[in-house]
Amino acid sequence: MAAAPVVAPGLAARLIEFSEELRAEGVNSGTSQLLDAFAVLAEIPWTAPQDFRAALAATLAKSQEDRRIFELVFERFFFRAAEAAAIREGVREGADEQAGREGEDTPGGELDLDELRRQIAAALQAGEESLMRDLARLAIAAFARQGEGSGVIGVDVQRIRRALGLRAEPQQELPVGDPRRDGVPREALRRFESLMRRELERGQIERTEKLPPSRPLNELDRALPSGPLQDLAAVHRVVAQLKRRLKTQGQEQRGHARHAQVDVRRTMRASLQTGGVPVDLRFKPVRPRRPEIYVLCDVSTSVTSASVFFLSVLHALHDSFRKMRSFVFIERISEVTDVFGRERDFRAVSEAIASDAGVADVSGYTDYGRVWSEFRTLVEDDLHPRATVIVLGDARTNGRDPRADIFGQVAARAGRTFWLNPEPRLYWNYGDSVIATYEQHCQAFECWTTSQLEDFVKALAQPVKAA
Amino acid sequence: MSSYHPAMAAAAPQSVADVANGLREVGYLPAESTALVSYLATKLGKPILVEGPAGVGKTELAKALAKVLDRRLVRLQCYEGLDEAKALYEWNYRKQLLRIQAERQDTAWTEVHDDIFGEEFLLSRPLMDAITSELPIVLLIDEIDKTDQEFEAMLLEVLSDFQISIPELGLVQARSHPVVLLTSNNSRELTEALKRRCLYLWLDYPQLEHELEIVRLHVPDLQETIARKLVEIVGMVRDLDLKKPPSIAESIDWARALVLLGAQDIDTATFRETLSVIVKHRTDLDIVAERVGLKLGPPTGVSAP
Repeated sequence: MAAAPVVAPGLAARLIEFSEELRAEGVNSGTSQLLDAFAVLAEIPWTAPQDFRAALAATLAKSQEDRRIFELVFERFFFRAAEAAAIREGVREGADEQAGREGEDTPGGELDLDELRRQIAAALQAGEESLMRDLARLAIAAFARQGEGSGVIGVDVQRIRRALGLRAEPQQELPVGDPRRDGVPREALRRFESLMRRELERGQIERTEKLPPSRPLNELDRALPSGPLQDLAAVHRVVAQLKRRLKTQGQEQRGHARHAQVDVRRTMRASLQTGGVPVDLRFKPVRPRRPEIYVLCDVSTSVTSASVFFLSVLHALHDSFRKMRSFVFIERISEVTDVFGRERDFRAVSEAIASDAGVADVSGYTDYGRVWSEFRTLVEDDLHPRATVIVLGDARTNGRDPRADIFGQVAARAGRTFWLNPEPRLYWNYGDSVIATYEQHCQAFECWTTSQLEDFVKALAQPVKAA
Repeated sequence: MSSYHPAMAAAAPQSVADVANGLREVGYLPAESTALVSYLATKLGKPILVEGPAGVGKTELAKALAKVLDRRLVRLQCYEGLDEAKALYEWNYRKQLLRIQAERQDTAWTEVHDDIFGEEFLLSRPLMDAITSELPIVLLIDEIDKTDQEFEAMLLEVLSDFQISIPELGLVQARSHPVVLLTSNNSRELTEALKRRCLYLWLDYPQLEHELEIVRLHVPDLQETIARKLVEIVGMVRDLDLKKPPSIAESIDWARALVLLGAQDIDTATFRETLSVIVKHRTDLDIVAERVGLKLGPPTGVSAP
């Protein structure tokens, strides 16, 4: 590493703070990354914001997830740093600007407003960043003046947006030629809103002369979305991450198992060349473990919100595991492996499962006893010690016989059995939940956040004991 | 493609704009950060880790950089099970055997021993080739995510110190400083140790205008209007949830196919016929035909507007 390059001492301190903030958000930026960042900044002038940012990103954030966090933290950090400096120095841009505008604005106030609307819409269509930034400030100045702000930034932003008549949908009633007629691009609109939010925050800081308490990034994808209309993309992102981890872990295991087993037959045969002396040891080839997975997913009403998530996990897992069979059950069981094989679109999958996968749903109540016996008949001959069975369900039997004995038989035939319960552990075994009787035969996990899901994945990727 | 410019030969680029222009000249249109990171890599002598979906020009970047810097490109294609013997060096066993047999009668053992473990009997593989090269080179380690973690660990010495230790010969140090690019399709997580040593560059599908420029550059015969429509459709297709979304390479292939067919417009019929150029999975074909096919106009048969 080169000797410390020339960077202004103020900037160096800021950078260290910045990297500490990144670390707090879970980005792995160690000392050597930081040194690299300094080395890079010796080549790139810090006065070119785009390059500055890209150069920092190239040295500090080294995966796609990290890159997303980097962008967020970068925005937040340098915005706050600039504001903090402004407060220290006592810089106020409001004061003299206010005076200047007072004079020129009053005569043509009304006319300005329509013109402003048109200009903003045009800028959004063109997607010009710097123009949008300027116009955001103008918009706030124009609208904050006529009405008083609500004090809540999010509310104010929406209020201004409505007043500007900006919508992503086409607005047919507007005259031809108005840039808003065909709707403004959604992406640009979102950007404009965030610019306005930023400006409003700036104003608030100026008024109160102090920074709002710094908050950690909101839960990017740390908790599972729980509503029925959840963000599937987020779930897929998590699963993609898990998929990659599964792959890496498999390879670690392979490393450990290397040279473990001598292939006696092949060694003997090779020894014929050396007069029967086994000079060359032959090892059993190490084959990557291809897990065989059976997944049973409860889709009854008591787990509605979780099962959408579970189905999407299934959906994503189907891409990475070829030998995977999935079943859904309520009162009876039905196999849906084909549905996942056929359909790519998640919506189509869940519709197909709801309609023609043939889940016998007479009462809508889960009957675990019946499900186990049917599952056993279906897969009895295929289960073997290398297979993994995963059950997704809340183990609420509605007072019916849990038949843990049959479940035990299934678990005994399979190599490993896991149970994912979407309820917090606190609620287990209350009411009609009988998870304790099943837990004797399997490993049970509570699974309602992504970190819990990751714990499960770690267990899943562990080696199967040699049978 | 590019001819040899003696003036350019040793001259390292002096600014980001230099690199960007150079890349443009050899037919690679870099995104904003691409030129910047390439410039930093040449300046700081750090490897670049390029990640991104398949077919966005990761390997092309290495080729283009080699042309810009006027260096030889040494390529190491990774695959599962790649080991030192195939990446670094191997002793030329047969030659050693011949040597021993030729001298069997009258030479002492130590002499022969010293003799057969010399550079003469070393078969150098791409990494060794890169390290020992007299002239500076560009080293491309392609699809590093396909190898095992052990191999990654072995690379660490090469990447951070540009040297290789051979037990029989000692340390082999680089004579010149190579520019190293590692590409990854992001199919598995790379080790922290490797990432730490690299600059990181994420290449994504390009913006519409950028991709249009790329297609126009590679297929200049295609009409402007068709090219624009093509790029828009490819963008639409990428937004669908597909097993393998079309990449830039596929856009270019499609453009070439359209030129060959002499298409005047992309209508439903042409789209269906040439669909298999950009989408390469049975299930994906159905989805795309259904979703995107409808948005295109019916076959007109007349020339484009």
